[in-house]
Amino acid sequence: MGTRDCGHLSAMAAPAKGEAGETGRWRTMRPVVDHTKCTAAAADSLVCLRCWCYCPEAAIEKAVPIEIDLTYCKGCGICAEGCPSKAITMVPEVECEDGE
Amino acid sequence: MTNLIDLPGEEYMLPGNRACAGCGLALAYRYILKALDGRAIMCVPASCLTVLGGMYPVSSVRMPWLNVTFPSTAATASGVVAGLKALGRKDVTVVAMAGDGGTVDIGIQALSGAAERNTDLLYICYDNEAYMNTGVQRSSATPKGVKTTTTPVGGKREHKKDMAGIMEAHHLAYIATASPAFPDDLYDKVRKARDMRGTRYIHVYAPCPPGWLFHTKDTVNVGRISVETGAVVLYEIEDGAFRLTGLSKEIADFDELKPLTTYLECQGRFRDLDAATIEELETRVARRWDRYVARDEEADA
Repeated sequence: MGTRDCGHLSAMAAPAKGEAGETGRWRTMRPVVDHTKCTAAAADSLVCLRCWCYCPEAAIEKAVPIEIDLTYCKGCGICAEGCPSKAITMVPEVECEDGE
Repeated sequence: MTNLIDLPGEEYMLPGNRACAGCGLALAYRYILKALDGRAIMCVPASCLTVLGGMYPVSSVRMPWLNVTFPSTAATASGVVAGLKALGRKDVTVVAMAGDGGTVDIGIQALSGAAERNTDLLYICYDNEAYMNTGVQRSSATPKGVKTTTTPVGGKREHKKDMAGIMEAHHLAYIATASPAFPDDLYDKVRKARDMRGTRYIHVYAPCPPGWLFHTKDTVNVGRISVETGAVVLYEIEDGAFRLTGLSKEIADFDELKPLTTYLECQGRFRDLDAATIEELETRVARRWDRYVARDEEADA
């Protein structure tokens, strides 16, 4: 980190995920996906994907089936709110088996 | 017009950054960077965006990034433009991006100077209508009636400054307003601005859950309602030619605005407004809307 290709040290920051740590720990509500209801999973192609589109954290990849990166998801709930087929529900973190 | 689903999957803003949950700026920023294909140099003053960008030695953005002083965003960007010109680089866009405080209050003289010189840069103001990073202090972009930590009892007494209008008076090649609730519209505008020369200005309205006092899940809803009610109007001015875009154009052509109270009631910052202020806000929004629609029709004719 902070070393250029030429070997010289520099004060340049290097990009990485989790700059603020594991921001998933900020979460109080967890998005849980029901893939049987998901339009993209049913069509098995890149359709709908409103969750990916509106995620302000970029924690969902543009892929099928969708997967939410819970290490960094802050649990805002925009994906659940915007899902046309209501395939995502927000579950309190304390009720999740591995929740904290 | 790009469809939502056709927007590129490549991410330049990385997860695990310092933005709040449900941040409207982060959502807008994701699409701004996608539209730039990561081929840009960012100049960012003190703002929520600096926080989002991260602390040395780690950056949450896969792009060159300069943290600059509050009043010097456009001046620094002008320097970067001059530097790239000296090096003969033409493949990189210089982007100055600041909040409403850094644009409308503190950075306005440097921006006006750069615009007057028509420096080849893209200036993006993300407007969350107060100094949110430092804990919700009013700026001159805060609308009348809004409660912040530095407004008197009853909310702000002055109206919001029309920054896009001020930039229009500089006769720029491209001016646009956008909202993260419509990423396709935002993406198209940044892409169009990227491919133009001279000073370009984009004003992005960024809903802010902790500052505007609404639930984090409602960022996109509030952004959508702001356009549906006319509190925010989506338009672009290309070489002086005005046109409404996206949902604003649809409303102008086929529908009518929803009552402004829908917008005022979906956030806590407008709580306890008196009837006179609500009426004043409604009149202003209605007048402005009529003016925009007239300009749009004029262009269509």
